[in-house]
Amino acid sequence: MISITELNRIKAEQEGIVAMRREGEAKIADLNAQGKNYKHHVLVCGGTGCTSSHSEDIIVAFNDEIKKNGLENDVCVVRTGCHGLCALGPIVIIYPEAAFYANMAIEHVPEIVTEHLVNGNIVTKYLYEKTVTPNGIISMHETDFYKKQNRVALRNCGVIDPENIDEYIGTGGYQALAKVLTEKTPDDVIQILLDSGLRGRGGAGFPTGRKWMFAKANKADQKYVCCNADEGDPGAFMDRSVLEGDPHVVLEAMAIAGYTIGSSQGYIYVRAEYPIAVQRLEIAIKQAREYGLLGDNILGTGFKFDIGLRLGAGAFVCGEETALMTSIEGHRGEPRPRPPFPAVKGLFERPTILNNVETWANIPQIIMRGPEWFASMGTEKSKGTKVFALGGKIQNTGLVEIPMGTTLREVVEEIGGGVPNGKKFKAAQTGGPSGGCIPASQMDVPMDYDNLIAIGSMMGSGGLIVMDEDNCMVDIAKFFLEFTVDESCGKCAPCRIGTRRMLEILDKITKGQATMDDLDRLEKLAAHLQKSSLCALGQTAPNPIISTLRYFRDEYIAHIVDKKCPAGVCKDLLQYTIDKDKCIGCGLCQRNCPGNAIVRTDYIAEGHKLASMEIDQTKCVKCGACMGNCKFKAISKQ
Amino acid sequence: MGADKKTVPFRGTEEQKQQLLQVIRELKDERGALMPILQKAQDIYGYLPIEVQTMISDETGIPLEKIYGVVTFYAQFSLYPKGKYAISVCLGTACYVKGSGDIYNKLCEKLGIEGGQCTPDGKFSLDACRCIGACGLAPVMTINGEVYGKLTVDKLDEILAKYE
Repeated sequence: MISITELNRIKAEQEGIVAMRREGEAKIADLNAQGKNYKHHVLVCGGTGCTSSHSEDIIVAFNDEIKKNGLENDVCVVRTGCHGLCALGPIVIIYPEAAFYANMAIEHVPEIVTEHLVNGNIVTKYLYEKTVTPNGIISMHETDFYKKQNRVALRNCGVIDPENIDEYIGTGGYQALAKVLTEKTPDDVIQILLDSGLRGRGGAGFPTGRKWMFAKANKADQKYVCCNADEGDPGAFMDRSVLEGDPHVVLEAMAIAGYTIGSSQGYIYVRAEYPIAVQRLEIAIKQAREYGLLGDNILGTGFKFDIGLRLGAGAFVCGEETALMTSIEGHRGEPRPRPPFPAVKGLFERPTILNNVETWANIPQIIMRGPEWFASMGTEKSKGTKVFALGGKIQNTGLVEIPMGTTLREVVEEIGGGVPNGKKFKAAQTGGPSGGCIPASQMDVPMDYDNLIAIGSMMGSGGLIVMDEDNCMVDIAKFFLEFTVDESCGKCAPCRIGTRRMLEILDKITKGQATMDDLDRLEKLAAHLQKSSLCALGQTAPNPIISTLRYFRDEYIAHIVDKKCPAGVCKDLLQYTIDKDKCIGCGLCQRNCPGNAIVRTDYIAEGHKLASMEIDQTKCVKCGACMGNCKFKAISKQ
Repeated sequence: MGADKKTVPFRGTEEQKQQLLQVIRELKDERGALMPILQKAQDIYGYLPIEVQTMISDETGIPLEKIYGVVTFYAQFSLYPKGKYAISVCLGTACYVKGSGDIYNKLCEKLGIEGGQCTPDGKFSLDACRCIGACGLAPVMTINGEVYGKLTVDKLDEILAKYE
């Protein structure tokens, strides 16, 4: 078990090394003077995105090459968490120059080692192109993607080795816990959180300080602290990145909560679909126990707190707080009616607080830097920053952390680099299956909890999926309904039956079989579900329909009245046609048609030698093979 | 639910049974131990047939119907064996808007099975999953945990050939 003095000793030893990765050149000189640093740090991203593109092999390659060149004492290779710019993975950053190598391939490693690490010349051709300017190489922090970001929750992601507790301590880790245990009363902590204005990052935005205050006020023989890491919204991966890149921050914050509300046991409920996050949490918990930062008599103060890991098993509803607790108890993850709220009767019927990963990740810094610092960021009612997972039709897919109140336009056009392939932005979806879409007309609204609700979407956990003109909004609504139908736990009738009936209507619309009466019925059902479902899953299930209807009603009407899908997505409403004047009659489409639906006409267009082709609509299966094969762009779909 | 899947007989070994009993002994007294026990049991057997559920019920005293209720509630627990190569296509939003639905349909067509099923030779099974968090590589699928990103329908043959 370590004491506070030892904690400070480790911090002093490590902080320069870690700071070098933030400040670069400025720091390395005095570290070298002390003779305790490597000349170069090679940071390789080990997040899920980059691991999926084989960053592990890159690490092996670097280690091999470093050995070959006898650089073991001069260079260290560090596997970090996510750097955010997943679209360019695998990412390697070499410090102190902060050279940002993108789309790293094993074949590039020998050259980078000999040129950069041995000879000291950055290999410009492999750098992220946006860091190379006519005036020289600029830091990644000056590129459009990073410039407007402010990394608070993601502060250590991509900077430290998540499997090394000493590096976390070097960033000031566990100092907040020490401070709270020695200098603050539980009421002080609650006051700090209230003053900071921190609201839950899981989506609903409940003030964290108030949640803790309620749980502290309730007396019980045992209370629990839970972390919601069941990040189920498809397209959201900010929690995963925090767990993979900086797992100790969650443990530290949970221990602070344990002290505040009077609990000695915490649980982290994490998705089994995140194997890397699970593994790093296991390592982090083990290391924290070894250092006595979890367990009995933490930092010699007599405070006792431990954390257990519970794995989810693929049920979206378990992200709902009461369902999550039911699942930890070992039951079907069905939600319970509230009240009683978890602060009164939660896990194992004891007072419990449950916070989301990103919420936890903010807390140690709020303690260390003060509530005023946190409250200085963001908007009037939404303080701090928010992490968004940018995905879909956007140039820079990845993770961004921006102050609350940033506009969607800034996120999509500046940070995200716009919609690729010259397509037009249509809408962005936030809040996953519980959220809604933000159309182009609302792109300049500052995004915070209240504004997003006002325009018919919600913050949600932070998935932000961009859609372009090729996405059909009715199809998107149907996609989300399919999801909720699958994931509805079946306990309450409005959700179980209502979502299925709504999906059936949407299905009819996309097949061109619906009438305007169906649309009426859909809207009525949506309103019923919002009012009568037991938990948030059912109450918010109609949101994707309501918001697409609000902004894209014309698309619904086009499907119902004109029997057309304007975006060309809904197969049943598509029609492929051949422009007889563009068709040269080569017959390639005919040979590739699986349904023998293409026949030759008598018409020979001017300047062509062969008669043009035609599609027999009664036989067409709408596979698109003809259009894909036509070299003369004579076939179109609408 | 194809009836063909149910005909696969249970082939648990004594060694697997001992492993399971060991897991149950270790976890039994923890509160809410059923989920971790089921997860470990699925690691041991690859799936959770009624025979395995019965063993867990006998050892823990938890009623079989409750265990069955939990197993069928969670998507990750499977009552049927998976193929030697388990394919999982992400149908999360980010992948869906980039065409993972087409990838999934094409695989159904190529393998001649539907989601949740296994090819008759036991080689491939196909499932849809919800977001594995590699949205930067969308659309993605995994085969026995190996991630294939930035997929197009044309790449599928080449990928499947690796496993033939």
